[in-house]
Amino acid sequence: MTSVAAARRKLALSRFWGEYRRHRAGVAGLVILVAAVLLALIAPLFIGDEVTSVVESVGEKFAPPSLGEPFGTDESGRSILLMVWWGSRTSLLIGFLAALLSIVIGLVLGVAAGHFRGWAGAALMRVTDWFLVLPSLVTALVLAAILGGSTWTIIMAIGITTWPSTARLIRAQTLAVEARPYIERSKALGGGHWHITTRHVLPNVAPLLLASTTLEVASAIVTESTLAFLGASSNRTSWGTMLRASYDFGAATQGAWWYILIPGLAILAVVMAFTLVGRALEAVLNPRLRRAA
Amino acid sequence: MTTPLETTEPAAAQAAAGAGDERPAWRGTLRYALAKAGGALFSIAMVIVGTFFLFRLLPGDPVRNMAQGRNMTPAQLDLERHRLGLDKSLIQQFFDFVGDTLRLDLGMSYEYKRPVLDLIGERLGPTLLLAGTGLVIAVSLGIWQGTRAGWRHGSRFDRFSTATSLLLWSVPTFWLGLLLMMVFGVGVGPIPGIFPFRGIESVDAPDGFAYVLDVASHMVLPCLTLVAVVYAQYLLVMRSSLVEEISQDYVTVARAKGLRDDEVRRRHAVPNALLPTVTLVFMRIGFVVGGAVTVETIYTWPGLGQLFYEAVSVPDFTLMQGTFMLITVAVIVMNTLADVAYHILDPRVRSA
Amino acid sequence: MTEQAQEGRVTEHDEATRPVSLLELDDVSVTYRIASGEVPAVRGVSLTLDSGAALGVAGESGSGKSTLAMALLRLLPRDARVGGRILLDGEDVLAMKWGRMRAVRWAEASIVFQGAQHGLNPVRRIGDQIAEPLLVHGLAKPDAARKRVAELLDQVGLPAWRARSYPHELSGGQRQRVMIAMALACSPRLIIADEPTTALDVMVQAQVLSLIKELIAEHGISLIMISHDLSVLADVCDRLAVMYAGRVVEHGPSAEVFHKAEHPYSRALAAAFPTVGDPVSRMAPKGLGGDPPDPMQLPGGCSFHPRCPVALDECSTLDVQLWPAGPARAAACVHVRPTAPSDPEQDVEAKKEEESS
Repeated sequence: MTSVAAARRKLALSRFWGEYRRHRAGVAGLVILVAAVLLALIAPLFIGDEVTSVVESVGEKFAPPSLGEPFGTDESGRSILLMVWWGSRTSLLIGFLAALLSIVIGLVLGVAAGHFRGWAGAALMRVTDWFLVLPSLVTALVLAAILGGSTWTIIMAIGITTWPSTARLIRAQTLAVEARPYIERSKALGGGHWHITTRHVLPNVAPLLLASTTLEVASAIVTESTLAFLGASSNRTSWGTMLRASYDFGAATQGAWWYILIPGLAILAVVMAFTLVGRALEAVLNPRLRRAA
Repeated sequence: MTTPLETTEPAAAQAAAGAGDERPAWRGTLRYALAKAGGALFSIAMVIVGTFFLFRLLPGDPVRNMAQGRNMTPAQLDLERHRLGLDKSLIQQFFDFVGDTLRLDLGMSYEYKRPVLDLIGERLGPTLLLAGTGLVIAVSLGIWQGTRAGWRHGSRFDRFSTATSLLLWSVPTFWLGLLLMMVFGVGVGPIPGIFPFRGIESVDAPDGFAYVLDVASHMVLPCLTLVAVVYAQYLLVMRSSLVEEISQDYVTVARAKGLRDDEVRRRHAVPNALLPTVTLVFMRIGFVVGGAVTVETIYTWPGLGQLFYEAVSVPDFTLMQGTFMLITVAVIVMNTLADVAYHILDPRVRSA
Repeated sequence: MTEQAQEGRVTEHDEATRPVSLLELDDVSVTYRIASGEVPAVRGVSLTLDSGAALGVAGESGSGKSTLAMALLRLLPRDARVGGRILLDGEDVLAMKWGRMRAVRWAEASIVFQGAQHGLNPVRRIGDQIAEPLLVHGLAKPDAARKRVAELLDQVGLPAWRARSYPHELSGGQRQRVMIAMALACSPRLIIADEPTTALDVMVQAQVLSLIKELIAEHGISLIMISHDLSVLADVCDRLAVMYAGRVVEHGPSAEVFHKAEHPYSRALAAAFPTVGDPVSRMAPKGLGGDPPDPMQLPGGCSFHPRCPVALDECSTLDVQLWPAGPARAAACVHVRPTAPSDPEQDVEAKKEEESS
């Protein structure tokens, strides 16, 4: 039994990969993404927190890129290359966890709003719509300012302000799935709320969720860097805090273009990669979009 | 010549009953607008309530938070607490807060020692100027380019447009602002800076028309940044909206009628694609607000966004609370207006 | 009418058709070019239509019937290539310059779509939409156009004030009437009706059909009507052409094709729609297994043989053509081949006897 299911899953996976491979941009995004995540994971094997230390830095201040320092140094003589590498850990961590939080809230509320009809579902939708109109960046800034700027509050601030679009998407999908006849049958056979949502609805919304998570990570990384830039900082070196410092120490007026360019390009590359992967996933997994394309 | 057979269809009978006079349609619109306004009022009430509790979530003593570690005697602290009404019960504080807010008394800024409302009033103009100009340019540009890309979807222009939009969508606003500031404000290498990048006017601002030019030149970079970031999504929305419209039968009918290609586009496809696009623009106005906060911060543009940023970075919680409520309420109002306008402009939803 | 139709039958078979026919299709083919290759949607269709006559084109979705209709006024998307000759009143449509093409559109031949669906622009008043071709072709000034709109609405049985309505304020049947009024606006000589009654319910369908019949008879307009519903076509048209996989597989006088089809596919279609507007039979032809073939991987020989209930071994290789099958009739089936092999399990022979008697 299990081997049959496993074989079927394997077949589905290989078919999926065959479809995905045809999206060249998606494959390119995936390559960048895997590289970025691997680099972030292996960073502690080579460097540590000391690369961000002002005291231990030995380099020249605002040194332009050279053979020794391929991406130049910052206002304290720290290596931009090493800081971008080390900072990728914070940026990616916050990006992933904030997206995860946002998706989990959106999934739970979306499924609930779609599954429970009547006033409960309507009330949930009303709350979702209310959160949807809130200007998310402004709200996230307020949250971060009130709760203090630790890594976890930044994650919370992003998660709390970005879940409504996911919830709407999931609700629509839930409604579509529950309109299918076998759900009716399952209910008639005595399937409870938990059974129906976890056994029937979840497997059907999962593919959509994968694509939307990917896109969510992209926007969470941008939001994290923006929050950090606007001073709601996690105090740990991330790409956003580096750019904040470049602004504070007048890198633009000093002509230290590398200080501005390199961390920004890192953000851009990772965000583009996530976006491309997300779009490719959407095109492969969402048959409606596929037909339209 | 043929027998009129209206009554055979229930929908027809209904429509026939209502079509003699125009009033029912108007009444429907009015009812819709009132319902939407009611929803908006509820949302605004939720914002006020939410703000109250959010700002009471602050860990620690609010007075000490505001004092920012400055030395104050216990007597001074008590006095301050009393002045802010923090010695009252939470419920009493809540009703005071709601009452004050409804009277537009948003409290005193800790940092500026001035009423928050006055500060907001001063900063509103520059923000409207910057965000308004940026929005008009972004919408026009996005719609124009989106139309061209969608009409010939799959063309080189379309692929180029989509790629550019995806790139701009991925660029953090503040980074783009920094880059533009560096390249066009400060100048790179031998190339000198072209545009000013601090504030809204020069220190020795001239009078009359020269002043207008001065402000305009200060606006170039912030506006460019804002436009670049927000226009990309307008382009994508307009493009997909148009692609959807031109696959409809009525577009083929228009061509079959002998209309020229550009007439089909101008008279049928574009107006129909425009309606949902423009609505979406105003539905997502919150995005523009976020962009404005960032842009104003980078270019020290003396607007609401910068005021909010100052409040966050001090932190000045009374000021933050006031600006947050104002920005949020403005966004809710704009959303509602867009919703109602769409309802009036598009006969398809009007009857629904 | 009948005389013309009779003539039509004669010209239909005469390969060197006389230029009196209003519309003449000569070996028309349409191929879509897509990323993964070329898709033949219409393959070598030859048909003629005399003025005042009504021709029905039947087939499942994907048979190429709608593509053929769109090709008549060159309304296909850019990635479609049209071959052969399409003569409208003796003038080759495919050779027309764009200006001439636009002048011909609607003024000489107009189209009735499924108005119940998306054939009308949802955000413009129907009066403006009916008047639009008049103004575009310079046939009337705005004032006169308004009068003409009222007249046209009256002809299709709608009150004049309907001109101020939006499409969504009308029922499906009324929208279809508007589509017909619109098609009549420039007094064309030919109307192409693409599934004009498909989305309507039975009663309304019958009303719209009788309206179409009345109007074409009164104005002497020729009609090409496209549908998957053979009973509807047989009701309105003098002659029927049945398409399968981009080819005409049978054509002949309506009643004969409908009641005594020679091609097994036509028989299946006819069986699927026994009476006009039968609500239960609005789906794929009954008793016919399988799906229409993928146009990129057409079966060899007769394209229909994998689904054919009476296929012979040779059908997978035989080059079937439209062979004569009685007076003014033709069918592309091995069973009507002039040197038809004696086939024990076939009732074709019996049928032929039945006809000739």
